[in-house]
Amino acid sequence: MPDFPWQSAFEIREQVVSGAASAVDMARAYLHRAEALNSTLRCFLTLDYEGALASAAQVDRARRDGKDLGPLAGVPVALKDNLCTRGLRTTCASKILEGYVPPYDAHVVDALRAAGAIILGKTNLDEFAMGSSNENSAFGNVHNPWDLNRAPGGSSGGSACATAAGLTALALGSDTGGSVRQPAAFCGITAIKPTYGRVSRYGLVAFASSLDQVGPMARSVREAAQLLEVIAGHDPRDATSAERETGAYLAACDRGVRGLRIGVVRDLLEGLQDVDVRSAVEAALGALEKAGAVLVDVSLPHADHAVSVYYLIATAEASSNLARFDGIRYGLRVQGEDLAETYTKTRAQGFGPEVRRRIMLGTYALSAGYYDAFYLKAQRVRTLIRRDYDAAFERCDVVCTPTTPTAAFALGEKTSDPLQMYLADIFTLPPSLAGVAALSTPCGRSRDGLPIGLQLVAPPFEEERLCTVAQAVEDTSGLGDAHPAALA
Amino acid sequence: MADARISLEQVLHVAKLARLTLSEQEAREMQEQLDAILRYMEGLDTLDVSEVPPTFHSIPMLAPLRPDVPARCSDRSEILAQAPDSQWGGFAVPLVLEVE
Repeated sequence: MPDFPWQSAFEIREQVVSGAASAVDMARAYLHRAEALNSTLRCFLTLDYEGALASAAQVDRARRDGKDLGPLAGVPVALKDNLCTRGLRTTCASKILEGYVPPYDAHVVDALRAAGAIILGKTNLDEFAMGSSNENSAFGNVHNPWDLNRAPGGSSGGSACATAAGLTALALGSDTGGSVRQPAAFCGITAIKPTYGRVSRYGLVAFASSLDQVGPMARSVREAAQLLEVIAGHDPRDATSAERETGAYLAACDRGVRGLRIGVVRDLLEGLQDVDVRSAVEAALGALEKAGAVLVDVSLPHADHAVSVYYLIATAEASSNLARFDGIRYGLRVQGEDLAETYTKTRAQGFGPEVRRRIMLGTYALSAGYYDAFYLKAQRVRTLIRRDYDAAFERCDVVCTPTTPTAAFALGEKTSDPLQMYLADIFTLPPSLAGVAALSTPCGRSRDGLPIGLQLVAPPFEEERLCTVAQAVEDTSGLGDAHPAALA
Repeated sequence: MADARISLEQVLHVAKLARLTLSEQEAREMQEQLDAILRYMEGLDTLDVSEVPPTFHSIPMLAPLRPDVPARCSDRSEILAQAPDSQWGGFAVPLVLEVE
């Protein structure tokens, strides 16, 4: 294994398919590396030696038998721990689900297994995917592999960290308001938030059902595109799963940007306080123009309201979705005098502070007398945000912004002020609310050497365009094969 | 907090609706944090959206129907194995009704 651990998913598959390396040896190598570095990074909550080695042995057997091997044969994948895995504990990084072992696999897990992927284990996250720094995990926070004192982002911080640090080739996260894109930006990898409905949510523990999507994370655009091809597609078990043909995402990476119109949100770019982020984004735009893309100015006049709208809608949906955690059917139970006290005690002890805060805010926004003023109003403003994109996409093919206002912030920097933490999501929230497709890919480094992410946004079901443009960014960014130095 | 956007009584009422218990200290902290968040959200009041329809789902879709085909459902014992307490093939809960 010459380039271990930084070899691509394609190279891993090639080695396994040709017999140059066995899938079992490959899985063992990544599991050992993950175990060795996890005490430092804390990105895995569970490593599944048994399951991973059994799947790998199956791939090796299939190869010896001359069977067709799937597109991810022998490729290690890490799963955010809010994706249900049959027989493997799934905690959502919450005490309330600490010992939960799902009796079924999520749709994306079925798809990975069918593609020959090796599931290494389950990654850390903000409890129930609620957070932007991974500091809301009940089982300890994750460290950014580029600077251990900084946050990896959230909520898919464990998946982003594990991928960036070479503990896995690929990972899946989930994105409700930026939860694959923001940690991807902070950790210097690529992640895709597919169009709502593109990937089945069956077996993804629900946070905000009108926004949640499972998204691929990888060290290169092509690998993320390949992973999206594997997990996308209609699934009758999710009523919101779209009956759309899966795109040719991998092929789209090689189309080139000549003639594509890139929408630049000029006032947003000029309003950026962080000069490193601004210059990295401007350099990426310049490189795209040089590669033949056409830059056009667009505006998203209602994007500033996205934080308010999102934190009303997502919390309202969360307050309803999390009602199921009551100590009766699964997870923690704290016995009270009667049933009502059992509910309240279980939930008070089982949920961490951020989850409780969001349940409170959402319950308030939906409660009698406040529904019109908060929840319904937020849904109306959401329409304005959606219309902003409709108008922008009449002028351009892809909208381009930074993924985050700054590079990775320090651990502990925002934990005492929830609102400041929410405001860190300002650029990733509008596409989520509009339901459109979005992607984050590295476009530069800050003066401190921290990764900076570029966010690309395309109309619903146009993920191919994202892959085309992101590949051009990757080709021209000059970032090459740099990896977190601390872990070499 | 005299001009708070949400009173301590409201915080406690919402906690009750959400089946959460908050200590006095926690309730006060929650009030402070929710107050700051709700103040920020007042920015929405600068928009007149009375004529704008709400977007409950970003991608327009109809509730799909599927053929009514019998299929195997999950195994009961496997599901009950995840319950904190089960008896006689069902979820066991604390007493709901008083017993004389």
